[in-house]
Amino acid sequence: MDNNGMKMSARNLKFYYGSVQALKNVSLSIRKNRVTALIGPSGCGKTTFLRCLNRMNDTVEGARVEGEILLDGENIYDPDVDVVQVRRRVGMVFQKSNPFPKTIFDNVAYGLRIEGETPKNEIADRVEKSLKDAALWNEVSDRLHHSAMDLSGGQQQRLCIARALAVKPEVILMDEPASALDPIATQKIEELIQVLKAEYTIVIVTHNMQQAARVSDYTAFFYLGELIEMDQTAKIFTNPGQKRTEDYVTGRFG
Amino acid sequence: MSKKFTERLGFFLLAAATFLVLLFLGVILFDIFSKGAGVLSWKFLSQAPRQGMTEGGIFPAILGTFLVSVITVIFAVPLGMFAAVYLHEYARPGKVTRLIRLAIRNLSGVPSIVYGLFGVVLFVQSLRLGTSVLSAGLTLGLLTLPWTITACEEALKTVPKSYREGALALGATKWYAIRTNVLPYAIPGMLTGVILGLARAAGETAPILFTGAAFFLPSLPKSIFDQFMALPYHLYILSTQHHAIDKVRPIAYGTAMVLLGLILMLSFSAIWVRYRYRQRMKG
Repeated sequence: MDNNGMKMSARNLKFYYGSVQALKNVSLSIRKNRVTALIGPSGCGKTTFLRCLNRMNDTVEGARVEGEILLDGENIYDPDVDVVQVRRRVGMVFQKSNPFPKTIFDNVAYGLRIEGETPKNEIADRVEKSLKDAALWNEVSDRLHHSAMDLSGGQQQRLCIARALAVKPEVILMDEPASALDPIATQKIEELIQVLKAEYTIVIVTHNMQQAARVSDYTAFFYLGELIEMDQTAKIFTNPGQKRTEDYVTGRFG
Repeated sequence: MSKKFTERLGFFLLAAATFLVLLFLGVILFDIFSKGAGVLSWKFLSQAPRQGMTEGGIFPAILGTFLVSVITVIFAVPLGMFAAVYLHEYARPGKVTRLIRLAIRNLSGVPSIVYGLFGVVLFVQSLRLGTSVLSAGLTLGLLTLPWTITACEEALKTVPKSYREGALALGATKWYAIRTNVLPYAIPGMLTGVILGLARAAGETAPILFTGAAFFLPSLPKSIFDQFMALPYHLYILSTQHHAIDKVRPIAYGTAMVLLGLILMLSFSAIWVRYRYRQRMKG
């Protein structure tokens, strides 16, 4: 299914935490093999939106979703849809890197072993390829069976990316993946995103305006639970259609 | 009165309270060890009582306490762990869950003699298990369940949410995430709680009094449906029910020493497990 090059689309998405509405009627489309950045001030709903894209919000007590999110034209909130399959196709990298207290190898292999579907002799190759794709292989190839907890912050986050890549998702969601990293580690993650978009569709939440401008092709600006504007990144940052977008990207508020 | 003086006074009182507590512990230990050490020997640990319990050892009581503890563990540990997993991972937070938790906390405050009576009615009579190792073990299991559940839930709480989310995001089912990425990190903490609960149960007299512990048995229990002798009950008999209390006093102290030693061993193994667990969580 092509859907005009759109990998995912939200249609009239409303999201509630109990009685608090966090997303108000958001409709936006995410283009295949492009990087889409979600920006906006804290509490604007960008992370909530991101976590709707792989139904991670299902785990939140009292959460409720209305509207639909299409993945290749199929609504992932349809009752017939298996949430586990959704999450296999739509991977996620969290804000705070969360390596499991296992070895580097076992971290990357975790997703591969879930259903025992990957033959044992293929796991090692997949782990190696994922670590190479996440630009971490050269740093860890000699200590694959050491604990992942001993890696640096930047390495841990790239490990989490490798872990997400290993299950071969189609979309990768990143929730401020570099917010806890130093500039050099951040640069590595940003370069990685540029490489990965050839194979994957990427959605990234970021607080850092320069980062959004550097890495993304499209940018969506959220404010108070609403999608204010979405366009090509160059346009959002140079000639936005809305006053509020301009105020935000030029640093007048936020 | 200067501020400095009040500060010093406060510090002194706090320190004094702590030392007083330690002093009591020290006196108890010293008393028991000084009076019981004399009888302690390999024979004391390995032989049965003789001559109306005025001579010989306490092996049947050691064995009885051990057997009952095994039943307690087999019964209470899986049940407590599963209940804790349900409560912490699956039960929806709300009134009912709060009520269940409250009931469990209250159960841990029920006097042990009440568990004993309940054990008689349920296991000995209704389920016709008789006065036996099994009935006593199950009764002690009930007694430790609230502790086990609470300890297991606390252990589950220490596993970061990000381990669960990380696994789910990779396409794991909830149960797979719990089984492979939560339980392995919670089990050592659970064990610590379980061992401490067991240490408490092993020293209880009231719950086994009516459910299977015997005054004296000429032979060792052959199956879990036989009666047994147990350390805490043996100690109770030697100190209050024996026809020659003064004569068996050293044996009573020796028994107390063995019981204390057993419980200390359990406590130390709990500390050891916790230590290993911390090492593992670091990497």
